[in-house]
Amino acid sequence: MTFLTKAALLGLIVVTAGCTRPDRFGAGADDAAANAAAQTDQAGANDPTSPLFFNQTIGDRVLFTVDTSTLTAQGKTILDGQARWLQTNADYLAIIEGHADEQGTREYNIGLGFRRANAVREYLVSQGVPSARLRVTSYGKERPIQVCSEESCYAANRRAVTVISIASLS
Amino acid sequence: MKRFLIALVTLVLAGPALAQSGPLRLTITDGVIEPLPFAVPSFEPENAEAAQVAADMTRLIAQDLSGTGLFREIPASAFISAHSSFTQTVAYPDWRAINAQALVTGAVMVAGNQLVVKFRMYDVFSGAEMGGGLQFAGTVDGWRRMAHKVADAAYGRITGEGGYFDSRVVFVSENGPKDNRQKRLAIMDFDGANVQFLTDSSALVLAPRFSPTGDRVLYTSFGSGFPRINVLDVTSVGTRQLQTAEGEMAFSPRFSRDGTQVIYSLANGGNTDIYRGDIASGASTRLTSAPSIETAPSLSPDGSQIVFESDRSGTQQLYIMSANGGDARRISFGDGRYATPVWSPRGDLIAFTKQNAGRFHIGVMRTDGSEERLLTSSFLDEGPTWSPNGRVIMFMRETQGAGGTSSLYSVDVSGRNLKPVPLPNGASDPSWGPLQP
Repeated sequence: MTFLTKAALLGLIVVTAGCTRPDRFGAGADDAAANAAAQTDQAGANDPTSPLFFNQTIGDRVLFTVDTSTLTAQGKTILDGQARWLQTNADYLAIIEGHADEQGTREYNIGLGFRRANAVREYLVSQGVPSARLRVTSYGKERPIQVCSEESCYAANRRAVTVISIASLS
Repeated sequence: MKRFLIALVTLVLAGPALAQSGPLRLTITDGVIEPLPFAVPSFEPENAEAAQVAADMTRLIAQDLSGTGLFREIPASAFISAHSSFTQTVAYPDWRAINAQALVTGAVMVAGNQLVVKFRMYDVFSGAEMGGGLQFAGTVDGWRRMAHKVADAAYGRITGEGGYFDSRVVFVSENGPKDNRQKRLAIMDFDGANVQFLTDSSALVLAPRFSPTGDRVLYTSFGSGFPRINVLDVTSVGTRQLQTAEGEMAFSPRFSRDGTQVIYSLANGGNTDIYRGDIASGASTRLTSAPSIETAPSLSPDGSQIVFESDRSGTQQLYIMSANGGDARRISFGDGRYATPVWSPRGDLIAFTKQNAGRFHIGVMRTDGSEERLLTSSFLDEGPTWSPNGRVIMFMRETQGAGGTSSLYSVDVSGRNLKPVPLPNGASDPSWGPLQP
């Protein structure tokens, strides 16, 4: 997919380049460095067309209960906002990363992460986002953002994160 | 837990009698309670250059044998006769007096970087040599391998089974905290010595799997941000990506028994199924077609069947199907969830990870699902792999909490002799390779 390299070339929008590689730890709102860069390079959270607005104000992630991929009402509200944003900002593509908590075996959790990412993808498509702009991946239990072995951490780790990147230089 | 305790009790009762009548033979059944005493007088250095390596090899041979839990070394301080020459006649009464049932003697010669080791074994109570003398030639650098070969031969002569000491394990070496863990492929001797890295930590890598001959390794890499299967040549450390269609997400690979094909999982949207692919051509065949997660496939030793996990029933359970796909029969029916099945190289057992009531276990069951036995229990035990002779299982254990780390452990298939593999860093996802040629 060429959008990966194109986005990486976009030094203009640092936060976008940072978010393009899904091989990161819960990209987006938690990334202080990327946020700081975004605030100096662009309007930031006050600009509704900015990635920062997507990540922080709309919310880049939805959470799941144990061993499920069913979207919650709260999750659907967030995804409604993501769908509207993606329709308005048609230059952006998204990779949806599915994640699981540590209570499971490695291979199964990769499969579970795909289920979660796909549930988000299907919902966004149902809300009018062209499926060609969406890809899914799964990190299973490999990328926790909270490290304790308690439900409070597990709940934050059972997530699907919509990582946006710019599609073209237009 | 209850089942676990029952299994242990059974093993205690089933311990083999060691009173020796007839030739020395240790039958590995359900576990040995009283290890067989043996003596290894320091191997004779045949020249001055061989002194240090002869001493080191003797220690390693004794360590290999004792480390199985099947044998107990009698310390040299108890020896009555100093067996200082490889060619001298064995004074059996002196060894009987200290209850050494087996005696291993040897000699080592070093010429430059060339090393030759000779050894003999004796059945002390029968007063007879076991098998003939054996000789291995190698390099001084490779002295550990030569010692492992001697220990494998000794193990084989006493148990009648193949050993596992001259073998290697490929695994994932881990560093850093849980939320920034660096993972790279590494290879080690079975005992944790000679660790070498096969990849750097620039890309997340998971679950390496040895080829049947140990020449190549399949693993899952997230270098692109999406799971892909790579093949790595162990000697050259060259890597290439296995061909899969664009947009497809492949993981959980294993080699076929002839090393030409790979069975693996592929995610398509939210659905994960099992496929078989040809490594040379990239051509693939879909083997399962359920809407559930089918993953962690492992072939039977004869290559005719595949054991795998699926949550088609609602939770993860183990199933067996033909290697060509088709109908599958469920074999796990106990409490909890069953995952990561691995067929024993002997063909008789399937090792698995079980998750039940907030604990993880490594267990084994027969291929029809009967005689389930849990061998371990902890916060997180996962990913069993079999020793080449099917008598030992290595797996990863991860500790609980924010500072949790992973390490490798081994345990006898009897459930005895649980111990960590000594390694400098964190480690996970072991795959035990074959005995080396």
